[in-house]
Amino acid sequence: MDYLLTEEQQMIKELCHQIAEEKIKPVAAEYDKNEEFPWDIVKVFADSDIFGVYIPEEYGGMGGGVLEMAITTEELSWGCGGIALAFAATGLGTFPILLFANDDQKARYLPDIAAGKKLAAFCITEAEAGSDAGSIKTTAKKDGDHYILNGTKQWITNGSVAETYVVIAMTDKSKGARGASAFIVEKSMEGVSFGKKEDKLGIRGSATCEVILTDVKVPKENLLGREGLGFIVAMKTFDYSRPGVAAQAVGIAQRALDESVKYARERKQFGSSISSFQGIQWMLADMAIQIEAARSLIYSAARLVDSGAKNVAKASAMSKTFASDTAMKVTTDAVQIFGGYGYMKEYPVEKLMRDAKITQIYEGTNQIQRSVIASALIKESLAKK
Amino acid sequence: MKIVVLIKQVPDTTDVKIDPETNTLIREGVDSVINPFDMYAIEEAIRIKEHLGEGEIVVISMGPPQAEVALREAISMGCDEGILVSDRKFAGSDTWATSYTLSRAIKKIGDFKIILCGKQASDGDTAQVGPGVSVHLNIPQVTYVKKIEKLDKDKATVERMTEEGYDIVETPIPVLLTVVKEINEPRLPSLKGKMRAKKAEIPVWTAEDLACEEDKVGLDGSPTRVVKIFTPPPREGGRLLEGEPDEISKELAGLLKDTIIG
Amino acid sequence: MADSDAIRVLNDKCVGCMLCVKACPFGAIEMKSRKAVIDLTKCTLCGACVPECKFDAIIIQKKEEPKDDFSSYKDVWVFAEQKKGKVQSVAFELLGKGRELADQLKSDLCAVLLGENTDESSKELIARGADKVYVVDSPKLKEYQDDPYTKVLTELVSKYKPEIVLCGATVIGRSLISRVAVALRAGLTADCTGLDIDPKDKLLLQTRPAFGGNIMATIIAPNHRPQMATVRHKVMIEAEPDPKRKGEVIKEEFPDDAFTSRTKLIDIVEEIEETVNLTEADIIVSGGRGVGAPENFDIIKDLALSLNGALGASRAAVDADWIPYSHQVGQTGKTVCPKVYIACGISGQIQHLIGMQSSDVIVAINKDPEAPIFKVSTYGIIGDLFKVVPLLTQEFQKILK
Repeated sequence: MDYLLTEEQQMIKELCHQIAEEKIKPVAAEYDKNEEFPWDIVKVFADSDIFGVYIPEEYGGMGGGVLEMAITTEELSWGCGGIALAFAATGLGTFPILLFANDDQKARYLPDIAAGKKLAAFCITEAEAGSDAGSIKTTAKKDGDHYILNGTKQWITNGSVAETYVVIAMTDKSKGARGASAFIVEKSMEGVSFGKKEDKLGIRGSATCEVILTDVKVPKENLLGREGLGFIVAMKTFDYSRPGVAAQAVGIAQRALDESVKYARERKQFGSSISSFQGIQWMLADMAIQIEAARSLIYSAARLVDSGAKNVAKASAMSKTFASDTAMKVTTDAVQIFGGYGYMKEYPVEKLMRDAKITQIYEGTNQIQRSVIASALIKESLAKK
Repeated sequence: MKIVVLIKQVPDTTDVKIDPETNTLIREGVDSVINPFDMYAIEEAIRIKEHLGEGEIVVISMGPPQAEVALREAISMGCDEGILVSDRKFAGSDTWATSYTLSRAIKKIGDFKIILCGKQASDGDTAQVGPGVSVHLNIPQVTYVKKIEKLDKDKATVERMTEEGYDIVETPIPVLLTVVKEINEPRLPSLKGKMRAKKAEIPVWTAEDLACEEDKVGLDGSPTRVVKIFTPPPREGGRLLEGEPDEISKELAGLLKDTIIG
Repeated sequence: MADSDAIRVLNDKCVGCMLCVKACPFGAIEMKSRKAVIDLTKCTLCGACVPECKFDAIIIQKKEEPKDDFSSYKDVWVFAEQKKGKVQSVAFELLGKGRELADQLKSDLCAVLLGENTDESSKELIARGADKVYVVDSPKLKEYQDDPYTKVLTELVSKYKPEIVLCGATVIGRSLISRVAVALRAGLTADCTGLDIDPKDKLLLQTRPAFGGNIMATIIAPNHRPQMATVRHKVMIEAEPDPKRKGEVIKEEFPDDAFTSRTKLIDIVEEIEETVNLTEADIIVSGGRGVGAPENFDIIKDLALSLNGALGASRAAVDADWIPYSHQVGQTGKTVCPKVYIACGISGQIQHLIGMQSSDVIVAINKDPEAPIFKVSTYGIIGDLFKVVPLLTQEFQKILK
């Protein structure tokens, strides 16, 4: 399918695929096994200007947007959905700065992120606050020129490896969700520590851990926007980042399809390649159809977001839901096509299935996405009257 | 410091397949790439520049107009400038004429300090052009360099790979170095590099631009000449040993016994 | 444009048989209206098409240079590379081939030896077939250095005018001889696998693999002297020594400044790791992609050790970082010619075959019956190398006990 990418977008796609093929693919199984953070690949991303694809040129980036972000994530995830997160989760931590930071904040934080010198992370989830952002317990108390932050954030992708964290904390508990604010917290600030590293089903080449804030003095210059904007920051950020999760899912799915086609051609049973059996052919065709549909939806949603359109939550949520459900379906089918081999770690597809699962869960479960979509539908319908 | 890298565009040998019937190369779908050994030369030039914190890397390729692609790739990795040495008059050059022509181009650039080349090209395998250029330029050479230990303004210490290990050689600068695979791992291009490469102007230098002596370029300037091309008779495939692994192993050991002991 | 170019198709002779299209290694010839048309942006004037055309319809015109008088050039020279005072065996191989060439030309076979304390080596070169040995003996030539060696060899050649100069395609040989050839404006052909004398015009016919190795090209240098060629180690057959042979040692003196070197050799480091030198080995066991992982190379190594052989690898295994590059056999690695080459889990891409196909006996072990390696193997085993290789090790241990 031709998505009419610009020359520059095409260039990003090709380079990222080359990185995935030559640098990520050979080491993916190793990182998956050892659950280590892929610093050597992060260096490759940095040297190739990958971290800057969606950051404006004035801050050292390439000046792209959500579509560029999605293309990059998709191709890198083709290599490994976990390793790609070093890039994609940095994007999640950077979008709040791109969207809500003032010029001074942007100048302080974006250039190092664009250059790959510092990774970023976004901290909203807590033990008792997942999709329900209103029940966040982390607090930020104003104290002169500072805010004092206290609380524990959970399952933070890029936790401990990132230097720059955007943290959602309550400045006024009485206001519920309207009492949340967003802060830029640096790893080097006193009182920032990290809890246990999670032992995960998939995306094991990505760092996930608790971020613990104990009386962290954050200068008031690090407040994003104004007090009470935290929930909006989070929602808007997810509007921008969900096509990225979707792209991660499609990258994983595409790899599963590529591996399946190759395997089906090589594997012989009953005297011929299993690719000549209709049962396999139909599975392959269905996989391809779903992947292409998901990709179309992602690129359309990303373009919509980049156009500056106002209400993008629905499109963004649709792309994430459809692509992640597709990835789960396609990777499961890939394991099926590989048969017994597919179940073994010696072959690459069981990892794809494990990696795919998270895309249905994080940045809002697919059930929450459906609620977002439904409430948008209802709102639209009300507006027509 | 000006660093010159000499590169050649070659068929991607990882792609090359042989037609089993005619025993000739299947050319269709074979891409052209930068000679793999030249990639190490490019990477080393970039590392030298990074190490010094200054410098300019000029990449030169002699070849047909389409070799421009190779130069742009070198720029996308981090080289500053590419020059294509191309002229129908250069066609048919052997290593003598090629090294002469390239040395003319390097002289035109002038002011060079280090010239880097891959140890040989993967299509010709001669390893003659680098040393040849150093003679035409009357500068020292160190071949098969596997490490640059030290680099100062006017001298360098390098390790030259040998059959038994390596030599440590100190050389004055300017110098021509040919490099081997051990020296580094070439980086991938960067996005900014790719953008720069896309926009870069690649000047084409002809025999006239280089003020080449006519009897030293191309077919006429080449002492050697191909008189015959032929396909060697393919080695005959032998016998397949069949059976259980332990039986086969015994059989093979028996078959090879005399050769191995004798 | 075509008319002024060096290559031309004579349309009245071209019958459109397409033989030239197949012969062109660069895909530069197309058929248009049943006539061959040469794409000059692709054509490199390599000449592959000319002898292929049965109708003499393609001509390459080379400006005929005034033929110099070459009658003063005679004798076949072999550069006798020495390390630590010991002449390298590639020189004896060249003397073997050089003897044939000199006999065909009815001229002398001479060795050139640069080094220190060369008396023993000179004698050995004579025993191996040299009629004369030109010797430059100086402490400054003890170890190879580019500048003094180039200068001395160039001057010797200019003085004595040999017709042919042969040199080993070693690290030293390639570094040196390329410089000498350029300095002398002589033709030089690298890595020749065949050398012969044209019975008609007495030219040296130099045959080497071209364009990736599956085509052979025969090359001449008609208008330049000497005619120079390098040959890889183990390609020619070594001349047997005959201690009774007589020959002349000619010692040449050079002023001290001839030995000046711009580069300075600071140290020679020998790496002991490689117990058996790949290019010297009589038996090589190699592993490829099928070996699967670095630790699996142990079983390949065990087999090599049991045979007192060397350990080789294909590019795929080296690129995957399973084994160091120094073990790589093939076009971008080492060319080997052992008595027995055992390829384990190597599919046999052309690049690999180029490096090992002149081995006396080739054994291939591979799961894939379609693997091209079986096309060149003397003995093929279709099977799992993890089963077969350890068993082979056992069997050979029994034999060699």
